[in-house]
Amino acid sequence: MYAHAVGGTRFTFPDLRRLMACATPHRSGDVLAGLAARSMAERIAAQMALADLPLTTFLDEALVPYEADEVTRLIIDTHDRAAFAPVAALTVGGFRDWLLSDEADQAALAALSPGLTPEMVAAVSKICRIQDLILIAAKRRVTTRFRDTIGLPGRLSSRLQPNHPTDDARGILASIVDGLLLGCGDAVIGINPASDSPQRVHDLLSMLDDLRQRLDVPTQSCVLTHVTTAIDLMAGGTPVDLVFQSIGGTEATNTSFGFGLSILREAREAALSLKRGTVGTDVMYFETGQGSALSADAHHGCDQQTIEARAYAVARAFSPLLVNTVVGFIGPEYLYNGKEIIRAGLEDHFCAKLLGVPMGCDVCYTNHAEADQDDMDVLMTSLAAAGLTFIMGVPGADDVMLGYQSTSFHDVLALRQMLNLKPAPEFGAWLDRVGLTDATGRIRPLDMPERFQRLLAAA
Amino acid sequence: MAVADRFTGLRAYTSARIGLGRSGPGIATADHLAFRAAHALARDAVNTALDVSVMEAALAPLGPVLRVESRACDQATHLTRPDLGRRLSDRSAALLSAEAPGEEIAVLVAGGLSALATASHAAPLLTILVPELRRSGRSIGPVCVAPRGRVALGDEVGALLGARLVLVLIGERPGLTSPDSLGAYLTAGPRLGRTDADRNCVSNIRPEGMGLPEAARRIGWLIRQAMTRGISGVSLKDESDRLLAASPAAPSIADTGN
Repeated sequence: MYAHAVGGTRFTFPDLRRLMACATPHRSGDVLAGLAARSMAERIAAQMALADLPLTTFLDEALVPYEADEVTRLIIDTHDRAAFAPVAALTVGGFRDWLLSDEADQAALAALSPGLTPEMVAAVSKICRIQDLILIAAKRRVTTRFRDTIGLPGRLSSRLQPNHPTDDARGILASIVDGLLLGCGDAVIGINPASDSPQRVHDLLSMLDDLRQRLDVPTQSCVLTHVTTAIDLMAGGTPVDLVFQSIGGTEATNTSFGFGLSILREAREAALSLKRGTVGTDVMYFETGQGSALSADAHHGCDQQTIEARAYAVARAFSPLLVNTVVGFIGPEYLYNGKEIIRAGLEDHFCAKLLGVPMGCDVCYTNHAEADQDDMDVLMTSLAAAGLTFIMGVPGADDVMLGYQSTSFHDVLALRQMLNLKPAPEFGAWLDRVGLTDATGRIRPLDMPERFQRLLAAA
Repeated sequence: MAVADRFTGLRAYTSARIGLGRSGPGIATADHLAFRAAHALARDAVNTALDVSVMEAALAPLGPVLRVESRACDQATHLTRPDLGRRLSDRSAALLSAEAPGEEIAVLVAGGLSALATASHAAPLLTILVPELRRSGRSIGPVCVAPRGRVALGDEVGALLGARLVLVLIGERPGLTSPDSLGAYLTAGPRLGRTDADRNCVSNIRPEGMGLPEAARRIGWLIRQAMTRGISGVSLKDESDRLLAASPAAPSIADTGN
């Protein structure tokens, strides 16, 4: 049992799960699950009790039982005690102070990552203010490679997301060209297909591969289909660059998504055997988001942010090129408004980076959430300042297939200009080569270059 | 030629906001405000309460209408507590229990996430569908109207009315370009605990999506099949396309936010 007094009242928490849940800043999903603190005093009491907790507690006490969950087994079995040593004597509160200190630089944080568990980083995030989440994450760059180099300091990449309600090839091509002209697509050109049929996915992947080769653009493509579909397609010779899968932080969540860790292993090996990367071999693309475990009734009584951080342990075991928290997509019953979405996006990025995961963010909201584009501006700017790996580029921020609002190609340009960020170096060199940049390096095409005109005319 | 002008012809292939005007790195004023206008319409669709009196009047020619309510007592609760939106209030449950059962088909009309969609399309759709079902010998109970409710509210409505099938017409989560999209969900053997896998869905019902006559034909086909075979959901495939002109596939239930 854990306890702390605030304002003359002593609050008690029967176990670590309850303590973590009560220490979590307010969000509707924890209320829906019946796990949230019942008052602001109870929440800060939980945060104070959590701050006094030794970090080693999380190695001794599993929030999700080891025997019942392969994600817990992955976390415990791969924990690196030697890497953990520099912070092993600290409490959660002491860990926050250390993370803010000058001692915790890029090298120290990178060396520490294998020694951290998701529960440790989730715990410290709960007692961090937003400024901490930005400041600390900005010190931890995670670099990955396939056909270009993602995540270097001073860089902000983008996923070009050219979705179409019926997967019309010409409509998708038009959105891709629009995005490339605005300097987007260096993280991936990634389509959410309207239909998951293997034939449809094959056709889209073939089209993307043909386009990439014709334009000679150093990026990778992905159609976000189920991992088992990708395995079958690779066996049949389809050009698969990156294998996609939505992942969660418990075995039961992943079972509801139709996969287990062994299937991810099989898919990664199949993708590696294709040897399609030119500058690196990071072949996986994962998406996550707070609330998915509760939605699948697979949260084991844990708060949604802690379970989300556990998904990053799944991700890092497979050396992904990209991981993306689709923060506001799930709806107001999990993240009610702009304030909750902003906090969740920054927590997810912070936790992922401390664990060594190349985190991007789909800065987004649905129309039944109490949020708008102003909230997204605050979140995307904060994330870019925190060293975010990539954001989405959607035409006009309006995804006409999935029916939600994300970030636009123009948002990518604005963030790069505001914070003096550049795309991945290989992709940046391509933008220069095809004449899309002006003398100062800004994306300012006055007209569409000839090769793009030919491409569209042929479609 | 400016870049944006190169996209003029391509807009025929996609409703995506391609080739927007650019001011420096930003979106030019006209396109920027057009986006805000679309969001404003979608937000108003979510936040507007369904006018039950108007619905009653529009549905009256089809037979008796019953007002019911879910346990979500206001719009904020409706949005954050889907569990409460799936259950009838005690008063409404008692009201339906007192109704004489015996009709084969129960109908629930609910505001869902777009009262605009429900107010615009539910009554005209039922005006086509209900007489057609009656002509084919099916009996239809009172139409229930709930200002706030989720799809699964129909399970309790259908069970209390003793129906063999429940049809729920509900406003779907609005997209920027579709604030008035109505969804139709039908469930055979309605009772508490049914899941999405037990339902068939006809989605995106609105003039710019699936038109009302086509939606009525499709729903009618599914209802007749479900009644004849006693099943709905994943085991009942929508093969009405074989009888109808080809049309785009309906999105899955998971996409509609209900």
